[in-house]
Amino acid sequence: MSAREDILDRIRHAKADRSVEVPRGYRRADAATASLGLFVDRVEDYCAVVHRASLAEVPALLGRLADGRLVVPEGVPAEWLGGLTFDSDAPLSTEQLDRVDTVLTTCALAIAETGTIVLDAGPGQGRRALTLIPDHHVVVVRASQVVATVPQAVARLDPRRPQTWISGPSATSDIELQRVEGVHGPRRLDVVLVTEPNLP
Amino acid sequence: MTFLGMPTAPAGVGQLRGDRDFPSAAKDAVQDEQLRRNLGNATATIRAKRARTVQEVPDWEELRQAGAAIKDEVLAHLDTYLQQLEAQVVAAGGTVHWARDANEANAVVTRLVQATGSTEVVKVKSMATQEIGLNEALADAGIAAYETDLAELIVQLDHDKPSHILVPAIHKNRTEIRDVFRREMKGVPADLTDDPAELAEAARNFLRQKFLTARVAVSGINFAVAETGTLCVVESEGNGRMCLTLPETLISVMGIEKVLPTWQDLEVFLQLLPRSSTGERMNPYTSFWTGVTPGDGPQDFHLVLFDNGRTATLADPQGRAALRCIRCSACLNVCPVYERTGGHAYGSVYPGPIGAVLSPQLTGVKENPSLPFASTLCGACLDVCPVAIDIPSMLVHLREQVVQQDPHRLEAAAMTAVAYAMSSQRRWTWALRALRIGRPFARLKRLPGKAGGWTASRDLPTPPQQSFRDWWAER
Ligand code: SF4
Repeated sequence: MSAREDILDRIRHAKADRSVEVPRGYRRADAATASLGLFVDRVEDYCAVVHRASLAEVPALLGRLADGRLVVPEGVPAEWLGGLTFDSDAPLSTEQLDRVDTVLTTCALAIAETGTIVLDAGPGQGRRALTLIPDHHVVVVRASQVVATVPQAVARLDPRRPQTWISGPSATSDIELQRVEGVHGPRRLDVVLVTEPNLP
Repeated sequence: MTFLGMPTAPAGVGQLRGDRDFPSAAKDAVQDEQLRRNLGNATATIRAKRARTVQEVPDWEELRQAGAAIKDEVLAHLDTYLQQLEAQVVAAGGTVHWARDANEANAVVTRLVQATGSTEVVKVKSMATQEIGLNEALADAGIAAYETDLAELIVQLDHDKPSHILVPAIHKNRTEIRDVFRREMKGVPADLTDDPAELAEAARNFLRQKFLTARVAVSGINFAVAETGTLCVVESEGNGRMCLTLPETLISVMGIEKVLPTWQDLEVFLQLLPRSSTGERMNPYTSFWTGVTPGDGPQDFHLVLFDNGRTATLADPQGRAALRCIRCSACLNVCPVYERTGGHAYGSVYPGPIGAVLSPQLTGVKENPSLPFASTLCGACLDVCPVAIDIPSMLVHLREQVVQQDPHRLEAAAMTAVAYAMSSQRRWTWALRALRIGRPFARLKRLPGKAGGWTASRDLPTPPQQSFRDWWAER
């Protein structure tokens, strides 16, 4: 018998099958509306920097934040990038990416309660390595993308897309449980929160 | 007792058994002042942090109940969910391998690494691969495995063993870590200080080149979604993302109990896990992937599913709930015995309260007879467990099995276990009283004083009557 058949057989012999009712009395996806203030508060709690900006202010702000050599994935609105010099992901090799200082992306959504930003490789987000190797990540979050809770986020996301949930910069607490920001992922995370309503 | 002849985890491979039994290992550990100070500081800090962030969640109890029930549903239909998971991973371009035990799992991974032609792998922290002794098996085949989690790296460089599920180097303080780095890390500055930021920077520089050039990575798995074939790794440092994203080949290793029915179920566990383990609202990085994504991440993906005593655990109706565990380590941080002995005394990669119930079930209680006694049954572990595993009752159940199998071992293996661990006179007196009173004690709904806190909400588990009375009479 193959290991597969053997294990499945053992499971059936364990006689664990019964019917289980899962009580879902917790706050579900339809529960709450998101508070931008809470989102900002929670992100800042992780020592990331939040910049509130109106849509008109975004290009100038990005110009200030994007220091050093910059890479921008496909799908970031061109009108945000006026005046910036940047590389596209052609794709870049790992070595080339290692020489990039800053990556600028959009996101799939953000979660207020946990201060989390989710990337799912959609337009303006690029492949996963792009937001991993450069030391500085600037991410633009539109106010309409902020949901209140984890269940709301899970309901909106497509599990078949690769996802990275980011809650603050890379960190470790492995030495005497003292938090140190910046181990292997980007050491700086700037969040641009576009507060203007009725965005495209 | 081995249920229905179900095979347990084989001896001679991996790390589920210690060289010594708990009492003698614990006796040495409690005499190590430095270790106890480190542990005391660390567990107190993390306990307070957890309490703060859990308190913030208005529906924590409901999430816990849902978490426990989802895991029970998985265990009730494990064969169905595993086959579904396999089908989905394969449909998304991955390959699934099955292994009956540690030896088979190690052989599968070794073969997969050899097929790539690589002689080294980068690894992201995984209890599963420690359980099966994968690093040793790879080393035997001439393959070097580099741990990339900071704490794992510290432990590996020091030729030591992890002592905590979440913070494997919890037993070392900053000065000890600096000394390990100065001694073992190539290219580290001679004047490296013990500032945690500087130590983290040293680790970053040490591993950077490895990440950028590694062709093969080995990972564990936090959750695997049967419905979609999606896999999830939860981490803090970004070493996980490096391993999961940059290499050409990714080999993920998981125990068969890690599967979840649906993507939606993650809405429960992604709230329960971070707050219970690090006490953060969310950990810095959580990665999800489904099979292979063209142009993004490893193009060669393998998932290794292993049993290694899990089906034997599943076969015991009173023990199977141990398989709900999501390895958050909250129960370690509240355990008065763990706080004194540290993780090494448990002899297994799974220490603390969960280790006391899981390790003996995976190996069969015969091979870990002292672990079910490494507890005062104080109940703090159940209170914090995000999937509500009733560890105290399970301990009592396992004690009964030990006694049934080998009554003579009881005194040596059992009673001394907790005695050595509990140096605090007050606690030990309490523990003794609990044992002495035995069954009548269990009928009380509320105890006076400190111990009364938790009996208010549940019945005490009942210790096996005969064995303890025998012991008490003899002493
Ligand atoms: S038994 Fe519960 S508290 Fe302990 S590690 Fe497992 S899930 Fe966490």
